[in-house]
Amino acid sequence: MKALVIGCGRVGSSIALQLQQEGWEVTVVDENEDALSRLGDHWPGLFLVGHGMDVDLLREAGIEDADAVVVSTDGDNTNLVIGQVAQKRFAINCVVVRVLDPARADFYAARGMRTVCPTKTAIDTLTEAVRACEIPIPTKASA
Amino acid sequence: MYVIVAGGGKVGANVARSLLRLGHEVTLIEQRRDRFDRLEEEFEHQVQRGDATELHTLERAGIARPPDIVLALTGDDEDNMVICQIAKEKYAAPKVIARVNDPRNQAHFDLLGISPTICATSSIMALVEHEVPEHDLIHLLELRKENLEIVEVLIDRDSPSAGKRVEGLALPEGARLISVMREGKAEIAVGSTMLEPGDQVLAILEPGKEDELRKVLLHR
Repeated sequence: MKALVIGCGRVGSSIALQLQQEGWEVTVVDENEDALSRLGDHWPGLFLVGHGMDVDLLREAGIEDADAVVVSTDGDNTNLVIGQVAQKRFAINCVVVRVLDPARADFYAARGMRTVCPTKTAIDTLTEAVRACEIPIPTKASA
Repeated sequence: MYVIVAGGGKVGANVARSLLRLGHEVTLIEQRRDRFDRLEEEFEHQVQRGDATELHTLERAGIARPPDIVLALTGDDEDNMVICQIAKEKYAAPKVIARVNDPRNQAHFDLLGISPTICATSSIMALVEHEVPEHDLIHLLELRKENLEIVEVLIDRDSPSAGKRVEGLALPEGARLISVMREGKAEIAVGSTMLEPGDQVLAILEPGKEDELRKVLLHR
């Protein structure tokens, strides 16, 4: 199974390492060559420096044979566009896109994109953590 | 009419000013604080501060009315694409126009069905081709939906195609000759048409085949 990870920050690099450990053949793309260091000292896969909007670079990174594409740069709109390019131009079925803004994540999810919104996850998890403290809420006096 | 202009740089601010002069209702959206402060002095309540790719910013600017047209004129192509998609598909804005900053992103705008677009670099390049006479292959028309373009080529004495019939040319796949203009008279190019020096040839081809066509007709 081949995966392409675009954006090698804290999130992208961890996903790349995780998938690689699970037996995927992973290629990583990032604008900044220093991002390679996030993949450890012995990254066995391909690492390409460039912008994910560059179709030639995507081809070089093997997008045409990819089974999954993960888009996790630090720009929501960049991710949304690259995700659609992977879906529509390269017909990749499994495209996962990181979107920090919950509203945009919902809008594009409704249009058939697998968006993942860490902000929403954080909100849910934190709210749940507060509930788990089980602090009694005084009942409101009825009028 | 009511217009939302996203992006208050030189392009967006000048467009907003021109629309206001014509008597239209305009809301200009600018994200950067320093730029917004300067714009506010001129545009007052007609400029709002915010990220025009965020739904609540667009809603504050009246996207739900919806406006007659949304102009995505920021300096960021991805932002412009997302603004147009949200305006058209979520709020049913009847028309959008998008600015393309990097001509290499044109294909992405086309892929997402965002049209019309305007790209300063491409417009300047097209003018250069028209204005500089020694340019040997002139782009006349771009048929974006069809993914085809029509170009003009001038055959000269050194051209390998001069003195050959159209059927004898090894034209690249995805390219056809349309017509030959000789001494002011145009004829449809058929297999038996002979090319001569001085001929102005029109060809239709897939974008990207220009170099191959140039090689066959002009050997450069």
